[in-house]
Amino acid sequence: MKITTKLWATAALCGAVLTGTAHADPHPDAELIIEGELHLATRAAPPEHLGGVLPEIYSGWLFRTDETRTLQMDDFDNPGMLFAERGEDRWYTADGSAGQSCADCHGDPESLAGVRAVMPKVNENGELWSLQNYVNNCRTERMGADAWGWNSDGMKDMTALISLQSRGMPVAVQIDGEAAEFWERGREMYYTRFGQLELSCANCHEDNWGRMIRADHLSQGMSNGFPTYRLKNASIVSLHQRFRGCIRDTRGESFPEGAQEFRELELYVSSRGLGLPVEGVSVRQ
Amino acid sequence: MTRPSLTAACTFSALLWAGTAYADISPADVVWEDEIAIPASLSGAPGDPVAGAAAFASRSAGNCLSCHENSAMPEHDFHGNVGPSLDGTGARWSEAELRGIVANAKRVFPDSMMPVFYNDNPADYIRPGDAYTARAYNPETFSTLLSAQQIEDIVAYLVTLTDW
Ligand code: HEC
Ligand code: HEC
Repeated sequence: MKITTKLWATAALCGAVLTGTAHADPHPDAELIIEGELHLATRAAPPEHLGGVLPEIYSGWLFRTDETRTLQMDDFDNPGMLFAERGEDRWYTADGSAGQSCADCHGDPESLAGVRAVMPKVNENGELWSLQNYVNNCRTERMGADAWGWNSDGMKDMTALISLQSRGMPVAVQIDGEAAEFWERGREMYYTRFGQLELSCANCHEDNWGRMIRADHLSQGMSNGFPTYRLKNASIVSLHQRFRGCIRDTRGESFPEGAQEFRELELYVSSRGLGLPVEGVSVRQ
Repeated sequence: MTRPSLTAACTFSALLWAGTAYADISPADVVWEDEIAIPASLSGAPGDPVAGAAAFASRSAGNCLSCHENSAMPEHDFHGNVGPSLDGTGARWSEAELRGIVANAKRVFPDSMMPVFYNDNPADYIRPGDAYTARAYNPETFSTLLSAQQIEDIVAYLVTLTDW
């Protein structure tokens, strides 16, 4: 009896927290306008498959400090743009035994507009590939060049450049048909409580977005800003690196960047942000 | 020093040792009462509330502040709010219940976000890691998140949080 009363007291407290501070906090009026002209939506209606677990979907940008948000509004101040610029140099530079550059097959980088928005995507062999896999496939199969490491400078530069071409285009990953089984596994992973702290992605980004976990303001963990320039790393960070960091924080054993599990998780996480625009090198803290 | 006095000294320190060092109750042997309370000290020793406050706040120990606000600690900048404020928690729960909550919150609050601080069995976890390295756990070193004495210290501290 006594215990039940106390549980109710705790429940009431949690209720107070719920109605008070939680979910109230993404900067409600902030607008993401790049260079004073390109308006990027930071809120969208939640995709149907979420079944109402999020009232609205929000870019991680809305949860960052004024300083960090401002950096992303000016391409000159956005350090991620330097990576995209270097990516452009690489785009036109021949590499590998075939003596070819990306431009030799694709023309200008703009020809890849829309590609980032549909990644990860099932390839012609029925495998789920991330953007990085497609880049490396061109390098090894068409250019006769070495594959780039997931976290290598070349890959950071090139993925920054390619995502910039899709800036403003809504995330539009395919989740049905041949993608369905991958998506399903990614969803299962999203709700798996990993590590000694037994925390799932959903624990932090679905149940507690808007709340503080010590000094961190929890966002909905959306992927539309990736690859992102992370101030803490002073570099471009891929989505799989972010996954690795989040699993590490559960005192869990991570998967390596590029793993099948992470590509499936990438598909599912991307699908939670269906409709949010690709930010094309976002800035996060 | 002659041999007899050495032996005497050893006997004396062994006595002292027996007097101050208590045996921890291992996580598997914890005795629960009313499902959620642990009446007996996990270390056998009383807790120290000052050490408990430090372990409560420390990122490398309890890191309780990552999820809980605590008005009694204004000197710390960042208090999370994933869990309820702990103001008055010492008035809401008995010492035995607080010990139960800190040792295994998931017994009291099923599916809670709150970690289980007193379980050393890696088989109970999905892909447990080697602390915060992202690597697989090491069977030699895998241990409870807090020691028995740290839990006693934290409980002794929580008992003092009676103001709302
Ligand atoms: C212990 C809490 C916690 C868990 C569990 C967790 N995350 Fe995170 N995550 C964070 C924090 C803190 C940040 C940085 C602030 C933010 O954007 O929420 C973050 C950031 C992210 C971001 C970057 C968002 C952006 O806009 O830059 C993504 C994507 C993400 N998490 C996905 C995941 C996925 C997928 C999982 C499960 C594998 C996961 N997280 C598990 C705490 C967590
Ligand atoms: C990852 C989040 C998290 C961490 C870390 C955490 N807690 Fe909790 N705690 C919770 C949540 C959430 C609840 C509410 C119970 C529930 O519904 O799950 C709670 C409830 C409690 C309660 C009962 C509150 C009341 O007065 O009714 C106490 C006491 C408590 N926690 C103490 C601690 C202590 C001490 C630590 C550190 C050793 C700690 N917690 C670490 C999330 C956390």
